[in-house]
Amino acid sequence: MIDAASLPPAAQAAGLIGIVLLEAMVLYVAYGVLERAVGKRLIQRLTRT
Amino acid sequence: MAVLGTSLGLLALFVAFGLLIGVLFGFFGMGGSFLVTPALLVMGYPSRVAVGSGLAFVFGTSVIATLKHRDLGQVDYKLGVLMIVGTTAGIEVGKEIVLHLEELGLAGSIISVTYIFLLGGIGAFVTYEAMKGDGGGGVDHDAAENAEADAYDEDIPDIAKTIQSYRVPPMINLRGGVTVSLWMILGVAFATGLLSGFMGVGGGFIRMPALFYLIGVPVPIAVGTDLFEIVFSGGIGSFTYALDGGVDLAIVAPLLAGSALGARVGSAATSVVDESEIKVYFGLMLLGGALAVAVREVGNVTGIEVFDVVSLLLILGSALLVSSAVVYSSVSAIRERPGTGSPAPK
Repeated sequence: MIDAASLPPAAQAAGLIGIVLLEAMVLYVAYGVLERAVGKRLIQRLTRT
Repeated sequence: MAVLGTSLGLLALFVAFGLLIGVLFGFFGMGGSFLVTPALLVMGYPSRVAVGSGLAFVFGTSVIATLKHRDLGQVDYKLGVLMIVGTTAGIEVGKEIVLHLEELGLAGSIISVTYIFLLGGIGAFVTYEAMKGDGGGGVDHDAAENAEADAYDEDIPDIAKTIQSYRVPPMINLRGGVTVSLWMILGVAFATGLLSGFMGVGGGFIRMPALFYLIGVPVPIAVGTDLFEIVFSGGIGSFTYALDGGVDLAIVAPLLAGSALGARVGSAATSVVDESEIKVYFGLMLLGGALAVAVREVGNVTGIEVFDVVSLLLILGSALLVSSAVVYSSVSAIRERPGTGSPAPK
């Protein structure tokens, strides 16, 4: 295992920003799947009401 | 129970706050750092963490919003890269001016006054244009449907037409059928970067209107391209702060979880909403932001803490009002198209 605290500050900072980027990509894909799954039904429901 | 060293209640608050900001960010291409950082400061986080975490959040949200706008064909990468070049140079000059003013002991007051007048001025201008109802306001996403059409000519602001008329080679063709001199793009980018660097803000509220009013880019493309640029400025900025331990994942992760959903809603809303009714809210939000900064400055001068809370409430109230208006207008627009099953892009 790599001890993150032993890495140079630049590598730690890059890792942190990488985690944020990864979270953003995962959320984008996950919410995209959610949108495809329920989006159409939600819009149809809104159209009917 | 705590996650990432933060209570569940606080995490839920961050997710809800992120959702609110995500809608604004996706719809207007602005509203990240000027909302998050003051909120974190009032919550008692150190300045370094408030600014660094705010920047990291803006970086993550802009990635999501840019991807969504890319799906909608609303990102001009060529313009984005040119804007990054001009803006970076402008930011450096802006920083130098700040350093010079700091030596004179005038930086704080001059920056605050500039911020208030600029935010208030843009807000008043957009509100005035919206109230005039001539279709020339700052957030007319309707231009999207005409992105490649001559009909768009009628929507180009007069200032942008003048700038486009200066045909100093090389001329650059942009999305939306816009042709403008490279030097004009770099000049606008430099000017917005200068203001951004001078005031220490991300600059979305300056750049997005500048792309529309000065270069004449259709608003949806202005928003998408602005977000593309924020990916880089936010990434570099948050990396700089992360070097000094200024990025707190316990803040950024839940904010991002909320804003990721909000950004999808906001970005998608640009395709369905008739923003003539939203323009006025956009202008009012900027005016609310200017007032909030003014109140905070009064608090700094007098040392009375309640002004900080009033300032935060003004910012949150403005943001809540506008994001609610965006969602309400989206739902209304969808309901006006019975039987379509999905909203036809406007």
